[in-house]
Amino acid sequence: MTILSPSEWQVVALSLRVSCLAILVTLPFAFALAWVLARRSFPGKVLLDALVHLPLVLPPVVTGWLLLIAFGANGPVGRLLADWFGVTLMFRWTGAALAAAVMALPLMVRAMRLSLESVDRRYESAARTLGAGKWRTFFEVTLPLASPGVVAGMVLGLARSLGEFGATVTFVSNIPGQTRTLPLAIYTGLQLPGNEVAVTRLALISVALSLGALVLSEWLARRSGHGRGGHVL
Amino acid sequence: MFFEIDIVIRRGGRRISGDFKALSGLTALFGPSGAGKTSVLDAVAGLLRPERGRIAVNGEVLFDSDSAIDLPPEQRACGYVFQDGRLFPHRTVRQNLLFGWNLAPQDRRWLSPDEAISFLGIEQLMDRMAPTLSGGEAQRVAIGRALLSGPRCLLMDEPLASLDQARREEIMQVIERIRDELKLPILYVSHDRDEVDRLADQVIPIHPK
Repeated sequence: MTILSPSEWQVVALSLRVSCLAILVTLPFAFALAWVLARRSFPGKVLLDALVHLPLVLPPVVTGWLLLIAFGANGPVGRLLADWFGVTLMFRWTGAALAAAVMALPLMVRAMRLSLESVDRRYESAARTLGAGKWRTFFEVTLPLASPGVVAGMVLGLARSLGEFGATVTFVSNIPGQTRTLPLAIYTGLQLPGNEVAVTRLALISVALSLGALVLSEWLARRSGHGRGGHVL
Repeated sequence: MFFEIDIVIRRGGRRISGDFKALSGLTALFGPSGAGKTSVLDAVAGLLRPERGRIAVNGEVLFDSDSAIDLPPEQRACGYVFQDGRLFPHRTVRQNLLFGWNLAPQDRRWLSPDEAISFLGIEQLMDRMAPTLSGGEAQRVAIGRALLSGPRCLLMDEPLASLDQARREEIMQVIERIRDELKLPILYVSHDRDEVDRLADQVIPIHPK
């Protein structure tokens, strides 16, 4: 990449790495949660629903602080990860990915839940009478019919993680090359005078990435929609 | 007896009972809308669990509350033709037709896709997406899809309900040929006296309670 300077490229690559890891790790959890919320009824469902949506309504700083308490060096989960797996998330890019994942989760669950709820279950009954078991029915009928929503959830989640600021900076700080993603780099640039050009360039990169994600998702939705005119947003 | 059904179904606040035995041929479940005819069909297909009772088709018990037998729908081999067709909207006609055929064990496939396609006269529809079909076309494909899943009987829920007069006549002829040429036992739900008089070998009245 010759258009980007090495330091810009470092920021972009880190942002993409953090966001992609966040989305890939969150995807199965988000889908499972969406499934449970869309299809099952059980005591405590309202509470689970509220918990999933919490990062959407909490100040991101509070989410970051809660992550710090749980995953910090002395936090219950953090100590467990360190003792058992030798993994620390604090001040690491993986910690930035965790913050992005938690912030993206509600958006992903919402989109997937909506699409699962809109799948007409009579098609599933039809598949069962034709000899398909529960799993085959899921993979051949339910999942393809819900796929535009799954794609939408991933794109929304990706956009959210690319823009994550508050929880990230609170949980893993602002370390160049480790946790300084695009929004953090822009913020850092704004702290000192004379950085207008650098900030503008980073902001433009940000716009380009977001636009790219939207275009990609429309294209994916059109493909998975099989000409039914599925729209992501 | 081919169909042996003695069930009580709970739907909302009321109970529907279906108690009849029927030979092979076309058996019509006849009654006004809301009497619970479709619920009886759903129970035979395994899509609705009766409160209690027993369902046997051709000697095989599909459901028996006393001995805790309740086969899942995919093991019942009852082809179901729904009132609304229910073709998979994300699939072509060909993929819809082959859905059940691909899943059926070799020894249960008594009809080949080519035979089904020419039997129903749907050669020219094969590559269309299901949502682009007209009502009559969709119902033919839905019948073909059910026949190709290797069923031992056919359950039909008002398959003519959403069709105009000309299409009704066409589909009625198809149903007569399934009854007479393929000799497939059919449970047929209808509230239309003329339809039942023309098609049914036996009529089972289902009354609302």
